[in-house]
Amino acid sequence: MDAAALTQKFSRTQSLKSIDMPTFTVANDELAEVVRYLRDNQGFDLLADLCGVDWPNRSPRFGVVLHLLSTTNKEYVRLHAACDNDAVPSVTSIHPGANWHEREAYDMFGITFTGHPDPRRILMWESYPYHPLRKEFPLAGIEVPLPAADVAEVTGQKVEAAPMMGGPFVSHGGHMSGAEPQALDQSWNEEKPKA
Amino acid sequence: MVKSDFSYNSKIEGEVIVTRADAVVNWVRSHSVWPMPMGLACCAIELMAAGGSRFDISRFGMEVMRFSPRQADCMIVSGTVTYKMAEVVRRIYDQMAEPKWVVAMGACASTGGMYRSYATLQGVDNIVPVDIYISGCPPRPEALLDGMMLLQEKIRNEGGSLKRTFRGRTVETKIVS
Repeated sequence: MDAAALTQKFSRTQSLKSIDMPTFTVANDELAEVVRYLRDNQGFDLLADLCGVDWPNRSPRFGVVLHLLSTTNKEYVRLHAACDNDAVPSVTSIHPGANWHEREAYDMFGITFTGHPDPRRILMWESYPYHPLRKEFPLAGIEVPLPAADVAEVTGQKVEAAPMMGGPFVSHGGHMSGAEPQALDQSWNEEKPKA
Repeated sequence: MVKSDFSYNSKIEGEVIVTRADAVVNWVRSHSVWPMPMGLACCAIELMAAGGSRFDISRFGMEVMRFSPRQADCMIVSGTVTYKMAEVVRRIYDQMAEPKWVVAMGACASTGGMYRSYATLQGVDNIVPVDIYISGCPPRPEALLDGMMLLQEKIRNEGGSLKRTFRGRTVETKIVS
């Protein structure tokens, strides 16, 4: 790819060090234009991935990462755009495949994609009050009512915090890499009854 | 001396079999369980294998998978039940005609399995009464067949009514025979 042409055309775009593919930080309001430019002028015609990122200690906290693939030149590029008020421009009008990716990023992180044609949740139900992939959200979950009121009434069931003991990501206080997925025993188990 | 003859003897019984209506009804039911394949995850693949010729669930009269709950007797919940899907499972269960049974196939349907997370219902018995639990992740088709034979045994031993307990309440269904 022609990195110089990209940074020349979009002066606020910065190259980032990366071990695998060319990576750029893109200005929030320029994201859609950059993606369109890369598609029309540099052959990046396939959106391979779009996902949200949560950095609790950074400001702005949330960001979006896109992986674009050029099927003619056989190369990838990675773009990162920081959110502005938890929002980034939607690229669905440029790559229709971004539609469900953006809905997932909205569902899991609460990132708003301005200009998205169908900004609904995709995995959790519409009335769910949380965004589960945010760092502060416990893996076990938080108790809320079942989405269907009549089923909740018949069964008396709620969305409950799951018992974490014996689960796959429960750490036992030893030395685990911070990069590993891990969960403390956040909820009830056989020995510690639910409060 | 002739061995004791406990089998059907047309000379004695005059081509009439005497039994209890419940026993006949239960016998018929146990050999024509029409499953509703509630296939939600990988357990459904094993369920499909059980329907194929190698494992051949039709030996037990159960090959008639009904995708309409109106025509099914036994819901086989095979896979992970998410909270979003729990509503659907309960509604389909409600649409099935009595008498009906539920088989929780595999670890996820029985207890939530390895999915200790915010999204997964920790056992389908939280929303529907379960008759048979099958362990395994996923269970082999033989395990499913064993569970279904246990269900047959249970059906055969049911009295004149179906009683099932769910969350401490007893639900009773009268069988008109």
